[in-house]
Amino acid sequence: MNYAPGVVAVVLVTLATLAVGTWGLRFSRTTSDFYVASRTVRPALNASAIGGEYLSAASFLGVAGLVLVFGADMLWYPVGWTAGYLVLLVLVAAPLRRSGAYTLSDFAEARTGSTHVRTLCSVMVVAIGWLYLLPQFQGAGVTLQATVGAPTWVGSVVVGAVVLINVSSGGMRSITFVQAFQYWLKLTALLLPAAILVAVWAGDGAPHPVDAGGGGDLWSLPLGSGGGAGLYTTYSLIIATFLGTMGLPHVVVRFYTNPDGRAARRTTLVVLALLGLFYLLPPIYGALGRVYAAELAASGRTDVLILELPGLMISGVLGDVLTGLVTAGAFAAFLSTSSGLAIAVGGVLSQDVTARVVSKRGPSGITAFRLGAVLAIVVPCVAALVAPDLAVARVVGLAFAVAASTFCPLLLLGIWWRGLTAPGAIAGLAVGGLGSGFAVAWTLVDPAAGAGWLDVLLGQPAAWSCPAAFLTMYAVSRATRDQVPAHVRRFMVRLHTPEAVELDRG
Amino acid sequence: MRVGWPRVRRSRLGGEADRATFRTLHTASLASPALREGLTAHSAERSIRHLRTLLGTPAVAITDTDRALAWDGSGEHHIGQTAILARAAVRHGSTRVADRKDLPCDEPGCPVRHAIVSPLVVEDRIVGTLQVFADRQSAGLIRAADEVAGWVSGQLELAELGASRTRLAEAELRALRAQISPHFVYNSLGAIASFVRTDPDRARELLLEFADFTRYSFRRHGEYTTLAEELRSIERYLLLEQARFGERLQVTLRIAPEVLPVAVPFLCIQPLVENAVQHGLQAGDGTGHISIVARDLDQECVIEVEDNGAGDDPEKVRRALAGDADVQSFGLANVDARLRTSFGDDYGLAVETAPGAGTKVIVRVPKFAPGVQVTGAGA
Repeated sequence: MNYAPGVVAVVLVTLATLAVGTWGLRFSRTTSDFYVASRTVRPALNASAIGGEYLSAASFLGVAGLVLVFGADMLWYPVGWTAGYLVLLVLVAAPLRRSGAYTLSDFAEARTGSTHVRTLCSVMVVAIGWLYLLPQFQGAGVTLQATVGAPTWVGSVVVGAVVLINVSSGGMRSITFVQAFQYWLKLTALLLPAAILVAVWAGDGAPHPVDAGGGGDLWSLPLGSGGGAGLYTTYSLIIATFLGTMGLPHVVVRFYTNPDGRAARRTTLVVLALLGLFYLLPPIYGALGRVYAAELAASGRTDVLILELPGLMISGVLGDVLTGLVTAGAFAAFLSTSSGLAIAVGGVLSQDVTARVVSKRGPSGITAFRLGAVLAIVVPCVAALVAPDLAVARVVGLAFAVAASTFCPLLLLGIWWRGLTAPGAIAGLAVGGLGSGFAVAWTLVDPAAGAGWLDVLLGQPAAWSCPAAFLTMYAVSRATRDQVPAHVRRFMVRLHTPEAVELDRG
Repeated sequence: MRVGWPRVRRSRLGGEADRATFRTLHTASLASPALREGLTAHSAERSIRHLRTLLGTPAVAITDTDRALAWDGSGEHHIGQTAILARAAVRHGSTRVADRKDLPCDEPGCPVRHAIVSPLVVEDRIVGTLQVFADRQSAGLIRAADEVAGWVSGQLELAELGASRTRLAEAELRALRAQISPHFVYNSLGAIASFVRTDPDRARELLLEFADFTRYSFRRHGEYTTLAEELRSIERYLLLEQARFGERLQVTLRIAPEVLPVAVPFLCIQPLVENAVQHGLQAGDGTGHISIVARDLDQECVIEVEDNGAGDDPEKVRRALAGDADVQSFGLANVDARLRTSFGDDYGLAVETAPGAGTKVIVRVPKFAPGVQVTGAGA
């Protein structure tokens, strides 16, 4: 196998990312174009940046592999990952922006007035961040194995190191343009090969994907298999992805860049369009994979489908170029998502953990942040090396389930219900976090899940842990209704009144 | 061993009298945070329970000069009578004792039979009363009521002090708002006038900039604004200064667009820029280089205002920031104080300077701080 295109792509993307991170994007302007300087980030640009940060290894590699093996059922992953932004758009985006909060912990503190809720939220941010980073590093290992022939640990370590250098050297600043660029890079890296591969398939006279391989209707129809358990898993996945998006720490901080609530909504709308466009592509690879890469499905190495398909279908220089392109896209996906997550998790860790350790030897925000970033990256990186191999998209799905069971109730009740109290929030977060956390641990430790209902329930927990968290939050808040924060009415006015309305918000 | 035990214990916790003192001090410390907010129904409500523990009587009430604020203990049907007692105490200005005929009561076994009414005095002015109710009175109880009332008065006086400190900060902000220098107004208008014949379009533009600049600076409402608004005003200021100084004033701006929505105290960057322009123009070669940089550091943003001027003695700057009135740097100290009030002591100004090396002022602002929000409508 020819490893040259993979090596070139990985080296190029790594160098480009490090260069941008080291030198930053510097905008020197003289007074003549002053007005440009005070212009805020436009919704379209911000939306591209959110797309760039959001489309991870799971979207880029995982979905195609799942579709190849399990068929139409798995389309719920891309559908849910897109539709999550619809829920965000309708219920959360604008009020969250108007609250003035930067992180989810900030929102929790502003709404409940309790630092305990804040601390608990910070713990959840770290947990979700680590769980989300784990499959990114695993996916990197798989990618480098497939394209460069390296052992799987090399990829995890390389991506971990690049992200660490990038984030701690100051690559955290002004990354909107970089992330926006990443979205278009990822889109191109899938769109161009997909168009060529489809053309090859059409000219080939090869069979229709539904007829290729076995299974036919079972593959092409949703819920073709699985019975009751399959139905449960599907609904649970829908709940996790629809409601989990709003609780992703690296996505939420991007909304702060919008100047006001209206811009936040516009941004979300554009994100919906961008993601909808992107997610059309992975299923195409999945379908073509049934025709040309049946042995991948048999061997279980489904996450490398997108990386190997161009080589399998086209030989020669064109195949090499396309392989290089998808490899570059995949690597960009790891780096951008991991950087965003590492910054979010590192920020929380530096605020709540390492700053306290460092401040004894003189206050230094930068040192604290670097320590936080190291922790944020090393822990999931090590976990990726020792954890068993799970499909990338499934682990990311679990991270969504945890987010849907914790931050979704907090955000929805916090924004739309005056009665939420600090004890209610704590109880709900604890129930949702412990429930979904236990399920995640169970699934990660024993991935060869049986078909028993216990394994099914724990394999995709959102359908029970999310309602449980909602109910607990509601019930405990009702029981402690004398502890409703005094400022809640004022806060609600602030959340729900457009900025253009003249109003005393003090 | 048996003999040693109690001795060890006594030396650790003190005798009965010591422990009673500790208990009293602890109870007092529980009441004081509420009282430090001043005398309101809310603060009275929160502190009165501890005051009754302190006095150990069946009931206690707190009033302002003419109505009840809070009641704790049994016999709450007497709350209506507290206002009359309060007015009497305010009239006489001293502690008064009321007995059963002042406190008519139909309830059998009601423990409220006598009342001791002590005035609460803040800066020689009676602001309310502490009323202690018991089934019998004693000289000891009167003394205790008096002492507690004196202690409460002390706490209220501290509250008054805190309030006046806040008022002072507000007054300083108002002063700062009105502090567009007369020289600046005069010089700007002069510069604009010089363009009226040669370049009427530019003169008109500058005049509009001048109008917008003054409108922003004189804005009356809102303690916070966005960094974008603040920079927009700085832009106008620099345009006007450049109209006057032309090539002698060089400005470089590097603003990360991510930090533009950050909430900052109103007029907290502009005074720094004005200082930088003044310093820069006094530079050796007569050309002022000003650079304004805003960077995104995840949870916070950093704003740096730098000039190539003559620099300053670091010790002098330190004294200015410490509030030394002899050093003429009202703007710097005021910005520093307001940043600390808004975001905590970690977020004061940092100034890097040395004689002959220019000055760089660094402002750090967290993206979110509880209680900090942009309240004014956009200008």
